[in-house]
Amino acid sequence: MPGNTQKPNGNMVTFLLNGAEVQADPNWSLLEAIQFYGIDIPTLCHNEGLTPYGVCRLCVVEIENGTRAKLVISCMHPVTGGLKVRTHSNRVIKTRKMIMELLIARCPGSKKLQDMASRLELKEVRFEPLNDDCILCGLCVRMCDEQMAARAIGFAGRGADRYITTPFDINSEECRKCGACMYICPVCELRCQGPQAETTLCSGCINTEPVCAQNFDDAMCFMVPCLSCVKGPDDVK
Amino acid sequence: MTIDESKLDSIINEYKAELGSLIPILQDIQAEYNYLPQEAMEYVAKKLVIPEVQVFGVATFFKSFSLKPRGKQQIHVCMGTACHVRGSKNVLGELERKLGIKAGDTTPDGEYTLETVNCVGACAIGPVVVENEEYHGQMTPIKVEGLLNNR
Repeated sequence: MPGNTQKPNGNMVTFLLNGAEVQADPNWSLLEAIQFYGIDIPTLCHNEGLTPYGVCRLCVVEIENGTRAKLVISCMHPVTGGLKVRTHSNRVIKTRKMIMELLIARCPGSKKLQDMASRLELKEVRFEPLNDDCILCGLCVRMCDEQMAARAIGFAGRGADRYITTPFDINSEECRKCGACMYICPVCELRCQGPQAETTLCSGCINTEPVCAQNFDDAMCFMVPCLSCVKGPDDVK
Repeated sequence: MTIDESKLDSIINEYKAELGSLIPILQDIQAEYNYLPQEAMEYVAKKLVIPEVQVFGVATFFKSFSLKPRGKQQIHVCMGTACHVRGSKNVLGELERKLGIKAGDTTPDGEYTLETVNCVGACAIGPVVVENEEYHGQMTPIKVEGLLNNR
């Protein structure tokens, strides 16, 4: 069970996950339950060793509780009984692609982001690339605080001017230069050198056939490559 | 700049050094020094047992906190939509020219600080200039002269 040391205590709740009735511990987050049942959804600011932060929004899922369906981030949503969860509905995929497009426009130089964009089959970026070096996911801040107990870096400023820094923008005595923040950072790494590396989107990794059942709201198949019902790439929207 | 620790102690003790009282403590320090000196923020972090970066984060988040020394007289020019369409840009330009500073700066003699704000909630009398908490409505570049009477 990722990021969860608690054993199920018997008080399991039942909810619908992509149409299948499943059980989960009410202490889990929705993301933990989804990962427990082996469904792969992209996450960026989530890390098993750190508290959920809910800023990257990539783990978005659609939940239905009663009559209305809404989009929530699964990493911070609790599991409750009677929930209807769809992890790969058209609405979710569209939202996820949009979020990825915004992230990649901000930091096109990150291999991790490029790989994730490829997995989401993102084919164009309509925004002007910023070539920034930070997506403000807060992984380094939480790493420094929770795992390294140094608390030497944090957020400063607000809104579009928010950035990560040491206290008073000067060299901090509290920083031990352990490098954990650089280790966990999804952006400060070498760029993917795909076939079209000069463009904002590298797309070098889109070489597997897409899974067709992702286009249905309540069902999924995990056959890769998808041979049963797809004849060619044109069959998949 | 040296910081009087006993003065800071009395401010912090007023709030019983609780974590949730960080903002009022910073407000009182700013009222005392006109800005937030770095030494004072370090001292507050030590006393409240919180990371320095947390104090810095809060101090940079709110626009009412200043990390740079501010002038004795504070002039806020409203740049909100209503004031903007009625020519607050010209008022700001005139103030910048008269004081010889840009928005966000303080005059070298430490007398005036010129800042822009996005709305002061008095759109009906725009363009608004707030000088030391006093609201001046229907401002024009000509009226700026009267505002800065000793310049």
